[in-house]
Amino acid sequence: MNWRFITTTMIILMDDFLIRAALAGLLVAAISGPLGAFVVWRRMAYFGATLSHSALLGIALGLLLGISPIIGMVAVGVAIALMLALGSGAAGAKHLSEDTLLGIFAHGALALGLVVIALINPLRFDLMAYLFGDILAVSRDDLILLAGGGILLGGLLMVLWRPLLTLTVDAELAQVEGINVVRVRLVLMLMLAVLVALAMKVVGVLLVTSLLIIPAATARPLSRSPHQMAILAAVCGGASVIGGLAGSYVFDTPSGPSIVVAAMVLFAFSRMINRR
Amino acid sequence: MPDPSDYLIEALEIDVIIAGRTILNKVDARVDRGQIVTLIGPNGAGKTTLIKVMLGLVRAHNGRVRRRAGLRIGYMPQRLVIDPSMPLDVNGFLSLGLGRHQVNKGRRARVLAEVGAERVADNPIQNISGGELQRVLLARALLRDPDVLVLDEPVQGVDVWGQTELYALIRRLRDERGCGVLMVSHDLHMVMAATDQVVCLNHHVCCAGHPQTVSRDPEFVALFGSEIASELAVYHHDHDHTHG
Repeated sequence: MNWRFITTTMIILMDDFLIRAALAGLLVAAISGPLGAFVVWRRMAYFGATLSHSALLGIALGLLLGISPIIGMVAVGVAIALMLALGSGAAGAKHLSEDTLLGIFAHGALALGLVVIALINPLRFDLMAYLFGDILAVSRDDLILLAGGGILLGGLLMVLWRPLLTLTVDAELAQVEGINVVRVRLVLMLMLAVLVALAMKVVGVLLVTSLLIIPAATARPLSRSPHQMAILAAVCGGASVIGGLAGSYVFDTPSGPSIVVAAMVLFAFSRMINRR
Repeated sequence: MPDPSDYLIEALEIDVIIAGRTILNKVDARVDRGQIVTLIGPNGAGKTTLIKVMLGLVRAHNGRVRRRAGLRIGYMPQRLVIDPSMPLDVNGFLSLGLGRHQVNKGRRARVLAEVGAERVADNPIQNISGGELQRVLLARALLRDPDVLVLDEPVQGVDVWGQTELYALIRRLRDERGCGVLMVSHDLHMVMAATDQVVCLNHHVCCAGHPQTVSRDPEFVALFGSEIASELAVYHHDHDHTHG
């Protein structure tokens, strides 16, 4: 271990904005791990991508109406979740598969968001921060919001763990066994919408889904129960956040993408361990 | 005559239309306490749909379903596909069907042994064979201590020895627990030998009643062919004879 590494570590620990960034990232990872496990089990990756792409439209609407972009993102995410949850099986879905509908929503919302932003204020708007995250700019208020959202989502996950798992194994069996399938499924979609809004600051609109999927996929070969996989996914997500931030600091790379690269490295390791 | 207060689930004049096709047309069916009711009929006759209507999984366009208040149902679906990305062993799968406080290892092991699936208790649920999965699904239904068992082709994928054994188990469960059983089956010999009530379905109820009566019904003969019908009728004739 050389001195440069140790001093770098010290500096990282002492920098206030880095501590805030790490806390924000860890909070998001703690929730996106278990939620991501459900995304993987239920094959909702494209749904997550749709939510995150539509987040940009939420930001644009937030700016347009003069409300917080987070509220705008949650509102648009919830609207899309409701449309998909209640509308599948309805008129439009009859001839189109769900991934086609999701693709239309995802790219339609992204394009619409970009158009609205261009119309409002093209000069003062830092598009890159929204697309790829701006975790180093996390403020104290952002942290409080993240903590509140994290407690809400974490509590819901604990209360709904068993119904969610039963529903994921088989929806009809769950319904016969007395679980309100429609309601639980809707709550899961709404939780994802809220998480995407919260995680946007960390890795940005285009990379949010990676925080859901990659840690859960990394945890899979190392887990023997759904419980283990959910917890391990949170741990892998947390390690990616720390590793990515450290890498971003040392190599002067953008933090959001660095976190995702760190997650990819962990994923590759977990595959290699599994092969032996 | 069955006592009208003994019903567990009753379907009355059920109509189901899916995508413009009539799947069920004025279908009646009923399961009483301690009774084994079997649905038979050709593929696509609406057997699974009728079961799902009675379970409340599919909504009927007309007609109604009555379920006794507080009825506990043990349901065994025709198939179950669990994504391989979920690390779940058979024990974990079984405890999901129970409430948070009812997970009792001893009871789980006992029921698994009862259905003959104790060997796979620790295996990933995605890796066990079709026949083993059927047994595990039956175990999950039984762990709920059901008033009525609803089984959609319970012996599908089970080997010939296992089939006889499973049907015997279902009958024994009925005798011991007094629960009702509603099932779909293709094994006509078993149906004739071990069922209290047969409902022969082909979008409408062709005929229903005691197996012996049904096997002589002209509609049954038309549906399954005179060869099968007479074979079954002879089978029953012999049976009657020993009693007479």
